[in-house]
Amino acid sequence: MAFELNGKTYETDEEGYLADLSDWNNDVAGYMAKEDDCDLSEYHWEVINFLREYYDEYQIAPAVRVLTKAIGKKLGKDKGNSKYLYELFPYGPAKQACKYAGLPKPTGCV
Amino acid sequence: MSQTRKFMYINRHAPYGTVYALEGLEVVLIGAAFEQDVCMAFIGDGVFQLKQGQDTTDSGMKNFSPAYRALGDYEVNRLYVERESLEERGLTEADLMPLTWEDEEDDWAEKPSIQLVSRAQLSGLLEEQDVIFNF
Repeated sequence: MAFELNGKTYETDEEGYLADLSDWNNDVAGYMAKEDDCDLSEYHWEVINFLREYYDEYQIAPAVRVLTKAIGKKLGKDKGNSKYLYELFPYGPAKQACKYAGLPKPTGCV
Repeated sequence: MSQTRKFMYINRHAPYGTVYALEGLEVVLIGAAFEQDVCMAFIGDGVFQLKQGQDTTDSGMKNFSPAYRALGDYEVNRLYVERESLEERGLTEADLMPLTWEDEEDDWAEKPSIQLVSRAQLSGLLEEQDVIFNF
């Protein structure tokens, strides 16, 4: 699968995850979110940027449990809980946020 | 929820060249979601998986060694490395990545995940497990 944005073609897998991590840019995240009827706020971006940093460091997309704990440590307890993250990303924080961040589907996510 | 069981994942292969190491690691990360008592053992060429400074540039393969550093986040805190296997390959503990986990019950103190064990000790650990996976 693929989509076009600003005259460039982006390859994705069958679930819409970006095929090449290095293709990613802010517009790609915005486009993917729009497709899901989601407007990205600064709070969404906090999580997306966190995930990109996590991937950079560990070369994996964290499972939701690990993401929740790590967000709590980095951004504070009020954000490191599933309620907060599910409100931002109703399709599943790890799944949906990883997609916008251009990462593969999280390991351990079915 | 059923009773917690003791799982050990045994890693016997060098990290690249075959897909055993990467697949094994992914199974560990996936399995960690089930909140069992999980540990890993590294024997034979499997000890190379934990070697510091892996560089896969020339092979064109993805260097997935940073992912071992995430094991602590997944509450996989015990990585047993067989001492004899290290020695037979001219390696010491200093050649391995300094992997740690944070102990929530001890004010998030960082503790080492890697434990060197002898072949005899490892054999004892194997006896204790409910489930053993080989990669």
